[in-house]
Amino acid sequence: MAEPPAGSDKPYEAAALGAAGSIMPARSRTRTPRRPIRRKTARPAASGNRGRKVYMVTGGLTKFAKAHPAMDFRLMVRRAYDYALKGIPNLTKDRIDGTRISYFSDHFTRQLKAASMVQDYLGMNPKGSVRIEWGGATGGECFQAGYEAVASGRMDVCLAAGFETMSRVATWKGNEFIALASDTNYDFPLGGFYTGYYALMVIRHIYEYIRRTKFAGITDEREAQRRAIAEGQRIMSKVSVKNHLNALHNPYAQYPKRLTVEDVLRSEMISYPLTREQICTMSDGAAVAIFCDETRAREFTDKPIRVIGVGTGTDTMRLADRPFGRVPLMPREKPSDYADLKYPGVHSFRAGRAAGIEAYRMAGITNPNRELDFIELHDAYASSEIQTYEDLGLCKYGEGYDFVERGDPFLKNVDYGFPVPNAGAIPVNPSGGLIACGHPVGATGLMQGVFAFWQLQGTIRKHFGDRALQIPNARRGAIHSHAGTGSAVTVSILERGFRP
Amino acid sequence: MTARPPVYEKFREVQEELDRSGAAIFRDHDGVESLVIRSPYSINYIHSYAEDSEFFLALADGKLRGSKCTAKKCGYVYATPRGHCMECGAPTQWVDLPLKGRLHSWTTCHFGSEAFLKETPYNLALVEFDGVGSVLLARLKDCTESELYVGMPVEARFSPTPKYSITDVWFVPARSEA
Repeated sequence: MAEPPAGSDKPYEAAALGAAGSIMPARSRTRTPRRPIRRKTARPAASGNRGRKVYMVTGGLTKFAKAHPAMDFRLMVRRAYDYALKGIPNLTKDRIDGTRISYFSDHFTRQLKAASMVQDYLGMNPKGSVRIEWGGATGGECFQAGYEAVASGRMDVCLAAGFETMSRVATWKGNEFIALASDTNYDFPLGGFYTGYYALMVIRHIYEYIRRTKFAGITDEREAQRRAIAEGQRIMSKVSVKNHLNALHNPYAQYPKRLTVEDVLRSEMISYPLTREQICTMSDGAAVAIFCDETRAREFTDKPIRVIGVGTGTDTMRLADRPFGRVPLMPREKPSDYADLKYPGVHSFRAGRAAGIEAYRMAGITNPNRELDFIELHDAYASSEIQTYEDLGLCKYGEGYDFVERGDPFLKNVDYGFPVPNAGAIPVNPSGGLIACGHPVGATGLMQGVFAFWQLQGTIRKHFGDRALQIPNARRGAIHSHAGTGSAVTVSILERGFRP
Repeated sequence: MTARPPVYEKFREVQEELDRSGAAIFRDHDGVESLVIRSPYSINYIHSYAEDSEFFLALADGKLRGSKCTAKKCGYVYATPRGHCMECGAPTQWVDLPLKGRLHSWTTCHFGSEAFLKETPYNLALVEFDGVGSVLLARLKDCTESELYVGMPVEARFSPTPKYSITDVWFVPARSEA
């Protein structure tokens, strides 16, 4: 790759800070800044102190399924909403100030303003609402929109609801709709296939991080790359096994399955090197989360969960436009760690890194592996789960495959059929993730929020009827939602807001 | 219609029935029955390439056109055109790209969107060019999965019967080094 011109090599750190600073700082209503906030110099954001404290007080979801023909999107949301309100007598419809409603695709729904129909069906009119859409990160954006409505003081109680009904078209037509979330001039007409785009990314990721390290000694380029890809496929399959097996204990999951690495490798090749079992599927489903301020949180529940950090990041819509610059650093990283790395290229998700940095900074987190008890992240592909470990600083860039081999993201009390020496270090996708739970796009990020909420409340057994996935004494967790090829990512951090 | 549509307990069978008759009833585990119909939708968009038009017109002349930032201090060169520079925001101008490059990454798609299923398997490639700061996504032809590798030299081919689509250009393994 040619050297990028000087202009593209600006430290990304400064750019990320600029973006974060441009978000309207939510302040207490009595305090006004004496002079305009300067944005020219990078400054650390005040940690955890942007606006009012916000708590999630309840959540609910439908089972995710290939199709829910007996429920349209309105009834699915209603079911999730009813579940959320169950057992909280003081939290009635009249206490909700307004809503944020998310779904990804009007093509799938074939109903414009479907969010208005949900608002209507829930009997929320004439309260304020807005529809949220941001590709695959739609649910995560809706989670944060609900948070922001309360943090800003605009609402005291906000309902965030999301759904998708992907069963309204056949699978390969659905793939076509999803691919319309790629540039229709330059990308879509070539085959219009998201699995293909992620395959392009992981081939390069494997080249950067397996071929150039483990197989550096092999001079035959073709042979070296072939062996590196086989190694990458084997390790990705462990991620798929993990998520499918975890989901055996999650009654909301669409595809819980007992699998071996060999099963995953032998499943149908979709886009080389990604096989069917390494890819999430189309789903119908809905999820809701309710946010409120501290006073109301204490009134509604004795187990509120506080949202202590939010971050978002973006990147170019076209993979082909991704720059080759420098890595924005996490607290424990040094520029010399990545002296030779051109970033993000097509191998990493810069948006995920930016979102992680912003959320960690707000939450005051400097060592995510120690300071988080689990992460629910957007594993639309087994490959993107590994890429995301690196973006979120769970390990350095290039260490994602070893991170799997060491077993850090695995659960301690599940038998995966291969050794996982570090299991329990930082469980990732204890719920089963998108690969096993399904991915009804507008609901997915909220689903992660609900699972994280139950983990932190310590109520997994109550909601799953099985305690296997409960992470003991979970105090703090993160959720991560991701849009097309990493063009947008949200990270939100939740913390137990009560003494157990 | 006097008779009720046929009842199925598998969603796949409902889909098949819709292809045949256009209506079916799905009965779920709880015995709840839902009426499902086929609902067709098709449209021809009036799609303007607008500021990207030059690129697609040039393909018909056997040329690859990229963008170069006009700001002296920046000068970013893009293999996939864009009207304004993503780094400094200045307008770009059109430049000719080399017709030879290397695979930055690649894949073989064994499935695809419905519209492209009949073309599977097909190869996608991100192609990098000397002196250019971004890459170009294109189809890769006249080669098999087993011979492809990152860094492989490739060269452009153009359709003799242009459809004014990005598919008017594709790449093949280069006969000589790029």
